[in-house]
Amino acid sequence: MKKSVVKSILAVALGFGLAAPSLAADTIKLGVAGAHSGDLASYGLPSVNAAKLVVEQVNANGGIDGKMVELLVEDDVCKPEVATNTATKLVSDGVHVVLGHICSGATKAALPIYNNAGVVVMSPSATNPDLTQSGDYPNFYRTIASDDAQARTEVDFALNVLGLKKIAVIHDKGDYGKGLAEFAKMFLDKSGKAEVTLFEGVTPGAVDYSAVVQKIKRSGAEAVIFGGYHPEASKIITQMRKKRMDTIFISDDGVKDDTFIKVAGKYAEGVYATGPKDTSSNPLSKKAVEDHKAKFGSDPGAFYENAYAAALALLNAVDKADSTDMEAVRNALQNNDVDTPVGSIRFDQIGDAVGVGFAMYQVKDGQYVEVK
Amino acid sequence: MEYFTELFFSGLTRGSIYALIALGYTMVYGIIGLINFAHGEIYMIGAFTSFVVATVLSIYGFPLLSIVLLAGLAAAVWSASYGYTVEKIAYRPLRHAPRLSALISAIGMSIFLQNYVLLAQSSEFQPFPELIPDFDFMEPFAHVVGSSDLVILLTTALVMVGLTMLIKFSRIGKAMRATSQDRTMAMLVGIDVNKVISVTFIIGSALAAIGGMLIASHIGQINFFIGFIAGIKAFTAAVLGGIGSIPGAVLGGFVLGLTESFATGYVSSDYEDVFAFTLLVLILIFKPAGLLGREAAEKV
Repeated sequence: MKKSVVKSILAVALGFGLAAPSLAADTIKLGVAGAHSGDLASYGLPSVNAAKLVVEQVNANGGIDGKMVELLVEDDVCKPEVATNTATKLVSDGVHVVLGHICSGATKAALPIYNNAGVVVMSPSATNPDLTQSGDYPNFYRTIASDDAQARTEVDFALNVLGLKKIAVIHDKGDYGKGLAEFAKMFLDKSGKAEVTLFEGVTPGAVDYSAVVQKIKRSGAEAVIFGGYHPEASKIITQMRKKRMDTIFISDDGVKDDTFIKVAGKYAEGVYATGPKDTSSNPLSKKAVEDHKAKFGSDPGAFYENAYAAALALLNAVDKADSTDMEAVRNALQNNDVDTPVGSIRFDQIGDAVGVGFAMYQVKDGQYVEVK
Repeated sequence: MEYFTELFFSGLTRGSIYALIALGYTMVYGIIGLINFAHGEIYMIGAFTSFVVATVLSIYGFPLLSIVLLAGLAAAVWSASYGYTVEKIAYRPLRHAPRLSALISAIGMSIFLQNYVLLAQSSEFQPFPELIPDFDFMEPFAHVVGSSDLVILLTTALVMVGLTMLIKFSRIGKAMRATSQDRTMAMLVGIDVNKVISVTFIIGSALAAIGGMLIASHIGQINFFIGFIAGIKAFTAAVLGGIGSIPGAVLGGFVLGLTESFATGYVSSDYEDVFAFTLLVLILIFKPAGLLGREAAEKV
C-alpha cells in the first residue's frame, strides 16, 4: 500500500521532470575515467565494462527521461598529471557525470577541474580518506569504503557496543597494519571516551611475543585493537590466552581469514574482526556478474561491483534530479536510496556511501559470524 | 617486580631458542670456519618433521608424552640426516676452495631448502599441535611463566650440560676439539676429520630440530619461512657470544633474548631489533671476538 503511494508520487515527479527544461542536452553523457592501460589497467577496465552494461540496460529501457545515455571513456593511466588532461578532455566534450577515477591520487588531481565545470564524480575505488573528509571536493562521491572505515568500525564497536574504556593498539609495522592502527588511535583519541593505553608495533615473524603481551597486560587494557595480518594475530592471541589474559581482541580483515581460526584453534574463539559486508547473495550482484560473463565471456575484475553500483547511482540520480546540474544531482544522491550490487545505498553529506563498507564478525564455534 | 620477572622469563625463553640454534652455527664455525647459512632451514625442517609426526601420532591416539618424545626423536634424526647430507653435497666438495665459495654454497642451500619445503608443504601457516600441556603445578604461576617456557628452559639446560660433557669427556668430543684447533695436525695424528665434521653437523642439526619443535609448539604455528628470521637471530647470538665458542653461543643467546625482551618491555617493541643489533655492534667494537671468543692470533 505504502509502496504504491511512493511509486505514484515518484511517477508524478517524473512527469514533471519530463516537462522540465533543464535537461537540454540530447544525450546524457556519462564519462568513464581511470586506468585503462598501463600496469594498473586491471583496476580500471572492469569499471568500463560495468558502465557499458549499465548504459546498455538503461538505453534498452528507453534511456533517462527519453534521452539516451552516451559513454565517454578516457584513460588516465592512474597518473595525476595525466588525469588533469583526461578531466579537461571530458569536460570539453560536455560530460554530465563521471564514473571514476580509479586511483586516489589521480582522482584528487582531476576533481577541481570537474568541480569548476559542475560535474559530479563517483569513484568505485578511490579509498583515500581525505577525498571525502577534507571537504575540499564537494562534487566527489564513492561506492567503496574509505581506508579508515575499518578502523572506524572497530573503534565504534569497541566504544559503543562493548563500552570499553582502556584499549591497547598494536600493529605489525606494515603499511596496512600500521595505517589502520594509526586511524584507530586517532578515532579513539578524538572520541574522548576511551584511553589508548599502549600504541606499539611488533616485529612480524619474531619467535615470541610474550614480552609485548606482558606489556599489554601491564597497561591495564581491556581490549587490544590489532592492525595487521593473521600470523601475528594468532601468535599474540595464543600467548595472551596462555598467560591467562581474557583481554578482548579486535582486529581487521587481514585477520578475518579462516587460516586464523585454523592456526589459533581454540584461542581464536571470541575474537572480533571486521570484514567487508557480504554482498555475494545480493540478487543484483549475481545478475551483474552473470551479465558480465554473458557479454564479455570472463569473470569481472576488481571493483566491478562498486563501479556497477556507481554507474547505477549516478544515472539514477540524474533521473531523479531531472537535471544534470551539480546541486540537483548532489541532492538526488543524498536523498534517494538506490538498489545496487553492493546493497541499497545512499550518500552522506561528505560523499561516502551509507551502507557500504565493513561489518563486525566474531569467531563462534570455529567460524566467523556477523555480529548484529 | 612481577613485571620484571615476566620479562626476564620471556627473555630466557627466547634466549634458549636462540642458543639451541646458535650452537649449530658456532660448532660448525669452530671446526671448519664456515658460516652454515642453511642452519636456519635445518631448524625449520625439524619443526616440520615434528609437526608431521605429532599430527599423525595424535590421530592414532598416542599419549602426549610418547608423542613428544617420538616427534622430538624423529625431528632430531631427520634434521640430522639433512645436516649430514647438506654438508656432504654442498660443503665437502668445497673444503679446499676459497671460503667465499663455501659461503655462497651455504646461502644457495638455504634458498633451496626453503623453496623445497614451500613446494612440498605450502606457503600457508600450519597450526602446530600443542605438545607441551599446561601443568597443574604451574597454574598459580601461569600468568608469569607458562609451562612451555619452563619446558624450553629445562630442555635447553639439559642439552647444554649434555653437549659440554660430550665435548669435554668423550672420544669424539676430544677429536672435535683437536680438529677445531688444527685440522691438518688432527689428521696427522690419525683422527678421521671427515667423520668428525659429519658428526658436528649431525649434532648441530639435531639440536636445531629440538629447538624447532619446542618453539613451534610454544607459538603454535609454522611455515616454510620461520627458519630465516630465527637463523639470523641465532647467528647474531653466536657472533655476540664469540663464534666458535660453545659457552659463548649459549651466553650470546641469553644476552640477545633478554635484551630484546627488556627493550620491548621498558622501551618499545618498535625498537626491539634496533636494541639487539646496537648491542651487537657495540660488543663487536669493544670486543671484536665476541663475549667469550678467543682472539685469533694472526698467523704470519
